[in-house]
Amino acid sequence: MTRKQRRMTIIGGSLAVLALAAALVLNALRDSIVFFSTPTMVAEKHVAPGKRFRLGGLVQPGSLQRGDNLAVTFEVADGSAKLPVAYKGILPDLFREGQGVVAEGALDANGVFKADTVLAKHDETYMPKDVADALKKQGHWKDDYGAQASGGTKPAATTAQGNPQGAVR
Amino acid sequence: MIAESGHYALVLALGLALIQSIVPLIGARLHDAALMNVSRSTALAQLLFVGASFVALVMLHVNSDFSVANVYENSHSMKPLLYKITGVWGNHEGSMLLWVSILALFGGLVAAFGNNLPLSLRAHVLAVQAWIASAFYLFILVTSNPFLRIANPPIEGRDLNPVLQDIGLAVHPPMLYLGYVGFSISFSFAIAALMEGRIDAAWARWVRPWTLVAWIFLTLGIAMGSYWAYYELGWGGWWFWDPVENASLMPWLAGTALLHSALVMEKRNALKVWTILLSILTFSLSLLGTFLVRSGVITSVHAFATDPTRGVFILLILCLFIGGSLSLFAGRATSLKQGGLFAPISREGALVLNNLLLTVACAVVLFGTLYPLAMEMLADFKMSVGAPFYNLTFAPLFALLLLAVPFGPMLAWKRGDLLGVMQRLLAAGVAGLVAIAIAWGWASGGATLAPLAIGLGVFVIAGAITDIVERTGLARVPFATALHRARGLPRSAWGTAFAHAGLGVALIGIVCETTWNSEHIATMKQNDVAHIAGYDVKLDGLFQRQGPNYREMIAEFNVSRDGEKISVMTPSKRSFTTRGSSTTEAALLTRGASQLYISLGDANADGAIAVRIYHKPLVLLIWWGPVLMAFGGVLSLSDRRLRVGAPKPARAKQRLQPAE
Repeated sequence: MTRKQRRMTIIGGSLAVLALAAALVLNALRDSIVFFSTPTMVAEKHVAPGKRFRLGGLVQPGSLQRGDNLAVTFEVADGSAKLPVAYKGILPDLFREGQGVVAEGALDANGVFKADTVLAKHDETYMPKDVADALKKQGHWKDDYGAQASGGTKPAATTAQGNPQGAVR
Repeated sequence: MIAESGHYALVLALGLALIQSIVPLIGARLHDAALMNVSRSTALAQLLFVGASFVALVMLHVNSDFSVANVYENSHSMKPLLYKITGVWGNHEGSMLLWVSILALFGGLVAAFGNNLPLSLRAHVLAVQAWIASAFYLFILVTSNPFLRIANPPIEGRDLNPVLQDIGLAVHPPMLYLGYVGFSISFSFAIAALMEGRIDAAWARWVRPWTLVAWIFLTLGIAMGSYWAYYELGWGGWWFWDPVENASLMPWLAGTALLHSALVMEKRNALKVWTILLSILTFSLSLLGTFLVRSGVITSVHAFATDPTRGVFILLILCLFIGGSLSLFAGRATSLKQGGLFAPISREGALVLNNLLLTVACAVVLFGTLYPLAMEMLADFKMSVGAPFYNLTFAPLFALLLLAVPFGPMLAWKRGDLLGVMQRLLAAGVAGLVAIAIAWGWASGGATLAPLAIGLGVFVIAGAITDIVERTGLARVPFATALHRARGLPRSAWGTAFAHAGLGVALIGIVCETTWNSEHIATMKQNDVAHIAGYDVKLDGLFQRQGPNYREMIAEFNVSRDGEKISVMTPSKRSFTTRGSSTTEAALLTRGASQLYISLGDANADGAIAVRIYHKPLVLLIWWGPVLMAFGGVLSLSDRRLRVGAPKPARAKQRLQPAE
């Protein structure tokens, strides 16, 4: 093999791997990305049942109901719209009424959001960023959230610790 | 007084770093040994002052001096001593101080043990280190001063986030930073080589041990963080593809590639330009990670710092260093001479493939991490890129890499014999196929991918063993001779085998845990029994207990199998009054490499409690794998060839001046 052929082999191999990676990424982008919505966005856009997305908002005070076998239902609100959520399992430590929450799942035929994951806000001073931004955009941002968020420098920082919001599957 | 001294020491360190940034370079221009040697003293003095500053912050935390804002916000007088110390880096300011301390430590090590480096190379390396250090000292002093006082000191502190009050915080961040920041050395060497316009195999011999040290710590740090998340968060997850985790994974991938390409450069004097580029990219990814974590730019529970000035400051540092180094690379790289030729099928070729797959996998992770950010900024909609994305992209690339791993060490340099290697790997391949068959039969055809992946893991492990067997000639010569040869093998050969086997071990653990993990969630009352994976778990009762700064509710479970009592497990739920928050302390029962995992949910009024029980088969392999890899790294590091300072540069003309 000449020097040129060797180089071409290596360049060709690199391009093949890059093309493979690009194909994998494009393929994965089609259906493995989960979008974020608020109840208002859900109401406006008519999300199809069965399409997975992340729902963010505040847990409507007084809406939490516990059923048998760890089944729970609650409502997620963002000021102008509400959406009922059904979930089965243990809610995270930090799940409270009136506080921020992000749930992942899909709508069923009756328009109930069936969640398979519930993430609660981290503690008094932390609000999920998705929720905070969505509320801000709609003008429902309460200043005290902001004050808390910037006043309380939260720890954790350095850890590759995953999801201390207390995710529940 | 302590706070002011700490602050002052940090300012002095900045002053020293500024001197170290400029004077050695002038010295190198003028060929003035005295000026070049300034770098050595300033690097050591910097280490001293930053160390003093760090010790000052530790003392403030230990003494619970709540007149210092950082202590007030993150500590509590009732907190156990260990967490008072670890709490120092459990917050933004403190962790940045740890960052620069470790940077100064590495600079100090180069200064102390770099006596046989060419003088001008050492001057350049330490100057580049000082640029990085100056930027981050400025960052701390301007935006995140940990020594700020409060005008009216409160009596009690606000306590550390309960999730962080764990031994994991004592180990994980320092390890991770030793890895992250350790890559600054290879970066500085790369920039120094570009500035000097000279690079040779001796350069790679110098860079490799430093990269290896950083890589070992990063490997252990990531594994430790993963295990910490696993037992602390209470739902048994060990990797979340969270942007902050990706931030540590990307330098690891690039660093692994760098280790391998530096090998080619050291042995064959080839791939010089690529190695330089990888050194720059690896540390750039470390900086990017620091930016992602410290600026609060991502939707991540880690990124709590919400102050935008910090983000902008780090972004400036990031652009300056990455942009500057890449421009320097673009301008100077062509002047570096290309070395050794090799055929595509050869050890070099295999290492190129390794580099290709690792960097592409790294690029995929980078894309997945930054894509949501870019979309949010440009198109104003939000999305999350999670495990499904990486399973479809990262996993196939890594599977390809693992398939190639056993071939690499067995191919000859320059020109390899692929057919011969395939024949020698036949036994390993058969072992993999047998493993697939067994896993398939045992799981009775359930998941298709899992047995294949287990077979791949077994192939990688068997391949590593085959390599050692081939080198010692175990199958061909008498046992005593083979044993003698095994002792004579270079330690780096053993290191390679252990590190590669570690990959296979981790893969098997990951596959078994994700595929055959069983879960039981229920509300349990006293004397209720749950059945999971052949175990009977009986709730004996609930107790209350008072801890140093929390109250906890402990549930006692009796675990038995076939009527035979095995152990008692006591998961608990702690509520911390100061922060009004609670944590779940999971209980773990280790059986071989598998674990039984119990964590608690909420208790009802009638005394029943929500309980989550998992059986995780072979889960411990996930972390034993990285430990094996790190052990391989340590073996390789102890190889005579790599011992820091052992090899003298080959050509005497490089040593312009004898180092003192």
